[in-house]
Amino acid sequence: MTGAETQGGGADYLLDVRDLKVHFRLPRRNVLTPGGTVHAVDGISYRVRRGSTFGIVGESGSGKTTAALAAMRLVPVTGGSIRLDGVEMTVLGGDALREMRRKIQIVFQDPYSSLNPRMRAGAIVREPMDLMDVGDPAERDLRVAELFDRVGLRPEQAALFPHQFSGGQRQRIGVARALATQPELIVCDEPVSALDVAIQAQILNLLRELQEGFGLTYLFISHDLGVVQYICDDIAVMYLGEIVEQSDRVSLFTLPLHPYTWALISAVPSARRRTGGQDGRVRLQGDPPNPIDPPPGCRFAPRCPFAVDRCHREKPALREVRAGHLVSCHLVGDDCVPPHAAVAGAC
Amino acid sequence: MDAAAPLLEVEDLEVEFRTRQGTARVLDGVALSLQPGRTLGIVGESGCGKSMTALSIMRLVPVPPGRIGAGAVRLKGEDLLQASEKRMREVRGKDISMIFQEPMTSLNPVYSIGDQIAETVRLHEGLSRRDSLDRAIEMLKAVHIPAAERRVREFPHQMSGGMRQRVMIAMALACRPSVLIADEPTTALDVTVQAQVFDLLKELQEKTGTAIILISHDMGAIAEMADRVMVMYAGRIVEEAATDEILESPKHPYTRGLIACVPHMEEEPPPERGALTEIPGVVPALTDLGSGCSFAPRCDHATDLCRSRAPGPFAVGADHRAACWLYDEAGAA
Ligand SMILES: Nc1ncnc2c1ncn2[C@@H]1O[C@H](COP(=O)(O)OP(=O)(O)OP(=O)(O)O)[C@@H](O)[C@H]1O
Ligand SMILES: Nc1ncnc2c1ncn2[C@@H]1O[C@H](COP(=O)(O)OP(=O)(O)OP(=O)(O)O)[C@@H](O)[C@H]1O
Ligand code: SF4
Ligand code: SF4
Ligand SMILES: [Mg+2]
Ligand SMILES: [Mg+2]
Repeated sequence: MTGAETQGGGADYLLDVRDLKVHFRLPRRNVLTPGGTVHAVDGISYRVRRGSTFGIVGESGSGKTTAALAAMRLVPVTGGSIRLDGVEMTVLGGDALREMRRKIQIVFQDPYSSLNPRMRAGAIVREPMDLMDVGDPAERDLRVAELFDRVGLRPEQAALFPHQFSGGQRQRIGVARALATQPELIVCDEPVSALDVAIQAQILNLLRELQEGFGLTYLFISHDLGVVQYICDDIAVMYLGEIVEQSDRVSLFTLPLHPYTWALISAVPSARRRTGGQDGRVRLQGDPPNPIDPPPGCRFAPRCPFAVDRCHREKPALREVRAGHLVSCHLVGDDCVPPHAAVAGAC
Repeated sequence: MDAAAPLLEVEDLEVEFRTRQGTARVLDGVALSLQPGRTLGIVGESGCGKSMTALSIMRLVPVPPGRIGAGAVRLKGEDLLQASEKRMREVRGKDISMIFQEPMTSLNPVYSIGDQIAETVRLHEGLSRRDSLDRAIEMLKAVHIPAAERRVREFPHQMSGGMRQRVMIAMALACRPSVLIADEPTTALDVTVQAQVFDLLKELQEKTGTAIILISHDMGAIAEMADRVMVMYAGRIVEEAATDEILESPKHPYTRGLIACVPHMEEEPPPERGALTEIPGVVPALTDLGSGCSFAPRCDHATDLCRSRAPGPFAVGADHRAACWLYDEAGAA
């Protein structure tokens, strides 16, 4: 278990995912309907620098949660490789897997349903340490008190039950629980979506403060582009199980290259753009398609306003077109001019 | 510009709920006025009374445990709070209709969407079966459902979330109501679909002149849709003004916090990021609000006066009011 296998230009990658696939086989409902295969995650590769925040955005059903759960080995992996701290996770089992899982924890979206209503807050935070046999009982109690303090709860609140807390406080309990085993990577799956904006700001500030304090690495899933832009250092945009664009935060928003990313950005209602009317904006037609047996060619083609024949036949490869900026679209030239450049105006 | 008599006028609405913890003052002095073809946005944190305001207008507040203690809801001059239940059944769906956050809870899973829209039309306009079905198809086309003639026979579960939300809009607008109340109509939807729904609402409003009350916790959505904004806190209106005015110069400390605490998506994000502005603390329990400003425990500017007496709304600009002692003309600040 060394970090010796970390690759690439000096950067230190805590998580390195290659060609990850997670397919779900659907049972046949009767003899006439064939069972399909959900290509929830279909060959994605990404690397997360230690101490940074890596964001995954995309529509509902694009595979964000599945991609994160796979990294924790909480869903069966169909293919590919996942290295956490240099260790190949896909082949681990038993104690070795348990030991690696200690390094990766998750904060869920819904602070209401993700906490056991019959357990006291202190016991909830302590539970992962008990399960993973971290320290002795006295040390665990001490750590619970410490964690309560770190996330802005009073130690005596450890004796209360979840329903006695507000939504924001419950999410603080969720964060404290995730921190309990001193993980290196925390998966945040829509951690603020269920919260009011005022409380959301409190939790986002807390997450950044903890990152600085403990050198944490986050895998951050969200559909809110404002939140993602604020908190993430690098961002991958997913569409139907694939990464269609990936880059650092500044480059992605300043120069969105994939037509889907551009559509996503221009769909965000914004006070700033209020007077701009419809200028430089696009409306996608139709709904996100179904990840069961997706079409050949570019998966975005059925909704893409720029699709040409080739798009329906041939799958575009994800390739680097600027330093650190990857995109999969036939119509993005090597000069980095996206197909929406003519319409985009402000973009 | 808004000189004409308002279509809908709410005056000094008081709503209470009896709970185990005591009496909750859910709405306190809520007032609003809506012109035809206009959109009023209502924003505020969870539990501040946005939905309750809508339910009061429709007279759908559950009584008991709720009680409308005082106030008036005037639709074209008629006080709905005094109307008979029979009259209210006519009003709902015909004059005022509502779309809810979760379409599955308001669509009936066992009837086709066509039957559900047609049923509303038959009930309110007494159209024949044939004509009401035609209206259903026409409405589905209006909300851009492809192959409306075929889709009209489908059931809610056969549609995506975005389509169901459009069906809800079709149903709500089928009787050409003069007021549409949209309570978080896009919260459960992806941004690309949300943008479609908003465009659709604007398009239909332009065609029919329907007035819209849009309830949302998303200031961005309100900014795109509304002409006027009302900010609510703990059952009261704390600030209201034209949308541009409130975005450019918010006055109430709560409104300022609400706008500042959201990380806005920038087209060219700055490389450095500071901490977000926070509104400390949480909303108070409505069962013990006391007599002062209910925002005082979270407010940087709170004084003894704030803690003892609730501020009335003060004029702070053209058609712009804020309920905060900082703006008391008499010079309390
Ligand atoms: N256990 C499962 N069995 C079958 N299909 C599944 C399973 N888990 C997820 N899926 C499907 O895989 C696809 C990706 O789901 P996933 O939950 O990863 O999406 P997501 O991007 O997180 O969406 P959301 O924004 O709604 O949370 C969806 O079509 C989903 O229905
Ligand atoms: N049946 C009830 N009994 C007691 N209190 C109630 C009842 N229904 C609603 N309330 C209270 O009335 C207040 C206003 O609720 P309302 O649903 O209007 O909030 P809201 O602003 O729409 O919030 P959200 O953004 O969460 O939808 C809340 O504090 C709520 O707890
Ligand atoms: S490859 Fe073609 S269909 Fe796909 S995003 Fe690019 S232009 Fe659109
Ligand atoms: S009245 Fe006082 S406490 Fe209330 S918002 Fe104004 S300054 Fe703050
Ligand atoms: Mg998810
Ligand atoms: Mg509500």
